[in-house]
Amino acid sequence: MSSRIGAAQKGLYNLTVMWTFFHKLGSPPWLYGIAGAIVRWLLPLTILALLVGAAWGLLFTSPDFRQGNSYRIIYIHVPSAVVALAGYYVMAIAGAVSLIWRMKMADVAMKAAAPVGAALTFIALFTGALWGKPTWGTWWEWDARITSMLILLFLYLGVVALYEAFDNKEAAGRACAILSLVGMVNIPIIYKSVDWWYSLHQPASIKFSGESAIDSSMLYPLLLMIGAFYALFTCCLLMNMRAELLQRESRTAWVRRLVKPDGPR
Amino acid sequence: MTDSAVGESLAEVKDLGLARGGRVLFESLSFAIRAGELWQLEGGNGAGKTSLLRILAGLSRYGFDGLVSRAEVPLYVGHQAAVKGLFSARENLSWHVSGGCVFADEQIEQALQRVGLCGFEDTPSHALSAGQHRRVNLARLFLSEARLWLLDEPFTAIDAAGVSELQERIGGHVARGGAVVVTSHQPLHVDHTVHHLSLDGARIS
Amino acid sequence: MLLRRQLSLAIRRPIEIGNPLVFFAIVVALFPLGIGPASEQLAMIAPGAIWIIALLSSLLTSDSVFRSDFDDGSLEQLLLAPQPLYLSVLAYLCAHWVVTGLLLALVSPVFALMLNLPAEAVGTLMVSLALGTAVLSLVGGIGAALTVGLKRGGMLISLLILPLYIPVLIFGTAAVQAAVSGAPVGPFLALLGAMLSLAIALGPLATAAGLRISIDA
Repeated sequence: MSSRIGAAQKGLYNLTVMWTFFHKLGSPPWLYGIAGAIVRWLLPLTILALLVGAAWGLLFTSPDFRQGNSYRIIYIHVPSAVVALAGYYVMAIAGAVSLIWRMKMADVAMKAAAPVGAALTFIALFTGALWGKPTWGTWWEWDARITSMLILLFLYLGVVALYEAFDNKEAAGRACAILSLVGMVNIPIIYKSVDWWYSLHQPASIKFSGESAIDSSMLYPLLLMIGAFYALFTCCLLMNMRAELLQRESRTAWVRRLVKPDGPR
Repeated sequence: MTDSAVGESLAEVKDLGLARGGRVLFESLSFAIRAGELWQLEGGNGAGKTSLLRILAGLSRYGFDGLVSRAEVPLYVGHQAAVKGLFSARENLSWHVSGGCVFADEQIEQALQRVGLCGFEDTPSHALSAGQHRRVNLARLFLSEARLWLLDEPFTAIDAAGVSELQERIGGHVARGGAVVVTSHQPLHVDHTVHHLSLDGARIS
Repeated sequence: MLLRRQLSLAIRRPIEIGNPLVFFAIVVALFPLGIGPASEQLAMIAPGAIWIIALLSSLLTSDSVFRSDFDDGSLEQLLLAPQPLYLSVLAYLCAHWVVTGLLLALVSPVFALMLNLPAEAVGTLMVSLALGTAVLSLVGGIGAALTVGLKRGGMLISLLILPLYIPVLIFGTAAVQAAVSGAPVGPFLALLGAMLSLAIALGPLATAAGLRISIDA
């Protein structure tokens, strides 16, 4: 009788269940192969789309009636900003997957996304500054969107720095996953508060051309460029993941076979 | 002390495998620790004794393959004493982070007496030696009601008399239907069967 | 229980409580030296300056919330304890808030006078600091938990959590500025309260997860 009660208690207290199933779901060699195959197809397409979009945007659209030719930086600025923001969500979702289902491969994806996202955020800020000089007459303006992007850059850099600080890369991945999730909860709050803060302090001299609808002749190349940047992000992500996989699995048999196909098994 | 049925499984491990830095420490390890059993983990430095104990305790939750289940929260005594220098021995135990303040004063006094810290109850712990710190921590063996004990090198920095007292306590716990897992390089002198788990090649005997 | 433990630990080492206050006082003294003693100018920057200093002192102390427990092994025991880790973490961070944020809020009128902040804003400053520093402690706990296992966590923790402090800074300062200009302060305090509720609900979860990772690394 007492042992039956004990069994019930045991059921109650059964603390940990380790899921091995999900580890097998994301098998490194499989992922390595499929990522390679995707990159092989996607990369030429991306480069093609980038070239077409850039040529279309830079050469075959009419200059803006107010800003002249300087507006053309929009074809780099807007796509990089859009994809930088989306990249954070990719990273955070990958982080959540790795935490919840303990999928090592999601961890790899998250780690690979951070530097790409940081680079895109930097490009967006940099081109924004270049664009701001001829348009507003200043390199830097404490505007809501610029400030938010700057904070996004800090969030990305935080993830990269935290990852590098850990010696144990698996722990690093999980720590970064938590950090990126915390960041994901915070991004809307930060964005809203910065937005509000700016509307409180907004100097009257600067007005955005945001309200003027963009002409369709400019819109299509812009959309193409946004698509191309998404593809570029995916390519960079997958290539980064492949590199990370090789590094993490460097002692396993499949990597050794990859490096030396006829070597000892 | 709980009088659980001898043979009831308190912790179970299935197909456990661990690799550190690409080196496999052990793999496909399966065993169950039952009430009334005394286990000694053996192996050279770096064989994975502490890692295995931390996995058993539930401190390590990632980075290994296999399945670990526990019937209840075990008592874990690690390398570090978890003793705050600013507190006296008594406060360290009564405010111990792992327990809640469930111990009466006389219980704590008794426990401290058993580990030979009589007269040191109210000395600030920073005035105590490393061995005495460990003794404060080991006093929890006389307080805890956990059935499963996981002791990582419990005899380090303890003098000979203390070691025999401890071994007696361990033997008594096992005799009362508890289970103990010890990592130690010293042989255990208890009148009880000791299950040896050697991690140099992962053999169970 | 844990709250009592942490608080009595803090009281046994009064210098740790005193340090943030002295830090606060010194930085307040730096502002007039750097900007000039003109009282209107000081009054203008006072809300922002006091908030930034409060933010920095919360940041500097949050690194140590779990550090000593990690070093002596208490943290392992805490993670194994039967009580929910969420509550333990909450108790730790609550203790941190009491000895830094709450204390700063209580003595902030002195610093407000040093920086020539109008007297009618002092009450708002205290309330906003008390609410805001609680959020800062909870958010800082996440950073502390993630970096506690690292030898060189000090600089990293600022990089991790300073961006997350920004909303608190914005609304804390805005509340005080509103009080200075005679505008209603209720909305800002309500927003800080909303952030606090969110931080209480989610912060300890992330902190607990972070601790589990740090202890495992």
